Amino acid sequence: MEHDDSTLGDLESTLKNNARDLVDSLEQGNFGAAVQLINELNKVRDRGLYHEVGKLTRELHNAIVNFQLDPRMPHAQELSQIADATERLNYVVTMTEKAANRTMDLVEQSAPLVNDLSDEAQSLSAEWGRFMRREIGADGFRELAKRVELFLARSERDGVKLSGHLNDILLAQDYQDLTGQVIKRVTQLVTEVESNLLKLMLMASQVDRFAGIQHDHEALRTEQEKSKEPSRGEGPQIHADKRDDVASSQDDVDDLLSSLGF
Amino acid sequence: MQAQYVWDCTEVDLDKNMKILIVDDFSTMRRIIKNLLRDLGFTNTAEADDGTSALPMLQSGSFDFLVTDWNMPGMTGIDLLRAVRADERLKHLPVLMVTAEAKRDQIIEAAQAGVNGYVVKPFTAQVLKEKIEKIFERVNG
Repeated sequence: MEHDDSTLGDLESTLKNNARDLVDSLEQGNFGAAVQLINELNKVRDRGLYHEVGKLTRELHNAIVNFQLDPRMPHAQELSQIADATERLNYVVTMTEKAANRTMDLVEQSAPLVNDLSDEAQSLSAEWGRFMRREIGADGFRELAKRVELFLARSERDGVKLSGHLNDILLAQDYQDLTGQVIKRVTQLVTEVESNLLKLMLMASQVDRFAGIQHDHEALRTEQEKSKEPSRGEGPQIHADKRDDVASSQDDVDDLLSSLGF
Repeated sequence: MQAQYVWDCTEVDLDKNMKILIVDDFSTMRRIIKNLLRDLGFTNTAEADDGTSALPMLQSGSFDFLVTDWNMPGMTGIDLLRAVRADERLKHLPVLMVTAEAKRDQIIEAAQAGVNGYVVKPFTAQVLKEKIEKIFERVNG
């Protein structure tokens, strides 16, 4: 960046030096010399401009090479880094979806086992109470003993099945490790792309200074805001507790709604 | 474990046969809601993945309750809510929004569009139960 400042410094000092001469020439009616000076100034400005545009182009080229954005590049036969990142994120979506479905499958298979065991235990318990109160006879007891025997066998069998399901639920969480690694790499790429974009933007602003171009940032921002569709939604809020315009909990939502007369 | 899971619905007399449409673009979330509703005793459910597919289902089927996400491709939940309220035959349908959208402006927007309940994700089974009961308490009362 030092070099940039010196080219810009060159322009400024040349401008300053020549401005006085220019005014003098004009006051003396020496138009030829004045035009000469303006040409001189233009040349210095153009040189700086070409220099900055050249650097910008080179940096753009580097960025394209670095991120393998150009499909015509010979070494871009693999995916471009952005396309690769997209594919990685899709992998995360697939992995998490699979894990969620696997877990729900196992829960749905386990729930009836637990329900049936609990129902049968409840019913046996009632029957056992009747037996303890001597409310059932010998036949009733034989019946109860048979049911208890069956229940014990079933408890053992379903217990093994359930513990297997719990184990599988545990294993289904292994996506976290894999997707975590993938997301970290993509985050790294995003940070890299951001810092490169920032570099390009700084260079472009240098070009703007030489060319005397000014952007209306306020207008640009308003335009961007306008193009956002509020009804599309924003997805989950990451720092909900630190923001005033976001409800940070269900209680917050309930309070807001009740203040609206809900 | 079962004791926490099974909901006691005696305090509010809900029609367990009522037909419920669950709208969310993520099949896992639809499945979670469907399972939670089943634990509440509601087994008569159908699913749609966005407003565009949900609206014709609502118009042709006799649904009693709509549970919808906000952020979906095609037609969003808030637009679906507005379409429901604008439809002469559907305008009284109770609508519960279950969404990650948590900006105050959005919650107010949903309230103004005529939502009956608003649950922010991630949510608990207890919260879902409470909101459904509250909605039908008011609808029946």
